[in-house]
Amino acid sequence: MESKKLNILIVGVGGQGTLLASKFIGMAARLAGRDVKVSEVHGMSQRGGSVVTCVKMGDEVFSPVIDLGEADVMLSFEQVEAVRWLPYLKKGGTVITSEQKIEPMSVVLGDAVYPDNVIEALEKSDAKVIHFDALKAAEAQGSVKTVNIILCGVLSRMIDDITPDIWSRALRMTVAPKFLEMNEKAFAAGASIDF
Amino acid sequence: MEKLMELLLGNEAVARGAYEAGVGVVSSYPGTPSTEITETIAKFSAEEVYCEWAPNEKVAAEVAIGSAIAGVRSMCCMKHVGLNVAADPLFTCSYTGVNAGVVFVVADDPGMFSSQNEQDTRFHAASAHVPVLEPSDSRECIEFTKLAFEISEKLDTPVILRLTTRVAHQRSLVTLSERTKVTKKYEKNVWKYAMMPAMAKKRHVVVDERQERLAKLSSGEITEDLTIPNRVVYAEDSGAKPGIITSGICYQYAREVFPDASFLKLGLTYPLPEKLIREFATNVGELIVIEELEPFIENYVRMLGLDVSGKKYFSNRGELGTAAIRRAYFGEEPKSATAGEEVKVPARPPVFCAGCPHRAVFYVLSKLKLRVCGDIGCYSMGAQAPYFGIDTVVCMGASVSMAHGMTKAMEIDEDADKLKTVAVIGDSTFIHSGITSLIDVAYNKGNSTTIILDNSITGMTGHQQNPAMGFTIRNEKTVATDLVKLANAIGIDDVTVVDPFDMKALREAILGAVSRDNPSVIIAQRPCALLKYVNYGGPAHIDTEKCIKCGSCMRLGCPAINRKSDGSVIIDSSQCVGCGLCFGMCPKGAIGK
Repeated sequence: MESKKLNILIVGVGGQGTLLASKFIGMAARLAGRDVKVSEVHGMSQRGGSVVTCVKMGDEVFSPVIDLGEADVMLSFEQVEAVRWLPYLKKGGTVITSEQKIEPMSVVLGDAVYPDNVIEALEKSDAKVIHFDALKAAEAQGSVKTVNIILCGVLSRMIDDITPDIWSRALRMTVAPKFLEMNEKAFAAGASIDF
Repeated sequence: MEKLMELLLGNEAVARGAYEAGVGVVSSYPGTPSTEITETIAKFSAEEVYCEWAPNEKVAAEVAIGSAIAGVRSMCCMKHVGLNVAADPLFTCSYTGVNAGVVFVVADDPGMFSSQNEQDTRFHAASAHVPVLEPSDSRECIEFTKLAFEISEKLDTPVILRLTTRVAHQRSLVTLSERTKVTKKYEKNVWKYAMMPAMAKKRHVVVDERQERLAKLSSGEITEDLTIPNRVVYAEDSGAKPGIITSGICYQYAREVFPDASFLKLGLTYPLPEKLIREFATNVGELIVIEELEPFIENYVRMLGLDVSGKKYFSNRGELGTAAIRRAYFGEEPKSATAGEEVKVPARPPVFCAGCPHRAVFYVLSKLKLRVCGDIGCYSMGAQAPYFGIDTVVCMGASVSMAHGMTKAMEIDEDADKLKTVAVIGDSTFIHSGITSLIDVAYNKGNSTTIILDNSITGMTGHQQNPAMGFTIRNEKTVATDLVKLANAIGIDDVTVVDPFDMKALREAILGAVSRDNPSVIIAQRPCALLKYVNYGGPAHIDTEKCIKCGSCMRLGCPAINRKSDGSVIIDSSQCVGCGLCFGMCPKGAIGK
């Protein structure tokens, strides 16, 4: 992975903790002395809608937003969201996605069908794809709330110049003390999952 | 060791800038994307900064103007449509001037992430003759906020700090400074502060003179000891390369797309710098304006008689971005990753949260043949599937007055269909501007029904206190507006308070109210499910032995109830809060805890 400039797109469903993940990654970049910008979505789309946040780091970052074809890595909290936002990933970029499925209201109401070929379509795409059940991994660590940090743990393996020590400091500065231990375990789990 | 920079949200940086500038009074009404500014202000000590949520933006602006005239630096924050509500005080404050500085922070929402229109605040500013500063990252949010107070005082004018969603909701690195303290002495001066015709005629002259000074200041012809952040950077061989005039977030996009162009980056976008623009135009190749929404800068440049392009390439609708600019100017398509086979991706619009009290109201409304005027808040989503329970959404407070208008139209037009009309409005929105509409209903012998969705919070913008709750922005206990007594006091005696989760009682209350020939109010009272004190005791379950897979429970449109591919219905325990609304929907009593 190129160390100078890195665009990370984080996608999921409102309420899954994408904002915290982008804050955490942004904090790590800051502690590593990089220029960094984070773009967040607040307001209406947080109500169970499709959400996206961006973290961009490098020597000098201008736009805080990752546009079509500009993401180096996409961190996806929900499988169909990975496909929805795939056009924002550059050709040959990396998708890290949880296999979790959250049915949108259109599916709940029977107006649409949740597609059954998401993982297959991703595997056959022109992107590098890592997929695993982050929800199950989080449950194994003791809390479904740590899906976001597990995914960040996986991501950390692709950023060579942010050291484990920096990630650990960033985590302490991002999560509340009473949830720290749980999230530290989750991050370590993500950083050591076999693919 | 070099001090580590902070990674601040644009809105947090505006609050920080105001704090460092010595702001003493902040009054705002929440509105995405501006809300976090005042929430951040509330984290500073009450001894240093007084802050409040006002009932609406007009009140907020007037509080800020009052405290500034009294001698304390003041600020009010709002979203773009909020400035329509606060336009009245803004236009006349432009005449009175300020004494201590007044900053209106106004956040536009290109792309309408959370808004009902895409209006461009710069036109309000031009119309009121007040200067506009546009930051493009968090560092500038701090610097420009401080500068806004200085300009405000030096030129005796309110100043607008215009943000857009992407500036307000980006995080970037900043360095913090110490707070300064600024206070001015108040002197009574009716010729300056009491705007009756005789005084206002004289003050209009002052406004025009100030406008000339501002224009010179913007161009750099005079400085007034201020540094106006209009920056020119020429490319090598600039005459052969494009010259880009831009501001705000578009500057960031343009820097990425045009690494070799010359730039005139405008920090002050009203009034525009004639001299600087003319000079820039003579030194560059193609002159391009890159701006979101309306061609505000472009129209001015064209008015100067210069050959300029802008909206010829870039849309006035939605937000711009690097991909949109590349596509429009160079005809370049993004080099995106593509899936290996077609995936039919289902839409995922925002929905009512699990446990939301609004769900019950719209489920009931969708079953009744009624016309429903909606309003601004989470409950606007009642207009979409599966409820389709709203006919209109226009602006804050409009539900009540539009329902009154619809009722009157039906009275005057004999051929009109005689559907009963109700208004649906949240507690905070009702206090914002529904009250005056309800007085209109009572005073003018209307007979419409107003349903106030009282969820004990301002929900959509992420939980701000409001006057009906009895708590201030700093969570101090205060008087609560009593909605029942309020309705009674303006002459509406037909008031019913109902728990929307008792859907039978709610249905009866609505049917009863619309059948009576007098104005009525129904207060549907249940707190937002996201409030910390709301605890429904954990997820519900479906007894698969009893469940007949009829899907009755799914008609509520709850995101926690899903049907599996084998036809069975399940409750997603990671989403369900256990509110119990679905229990009564099941004909077999299969849902419980």
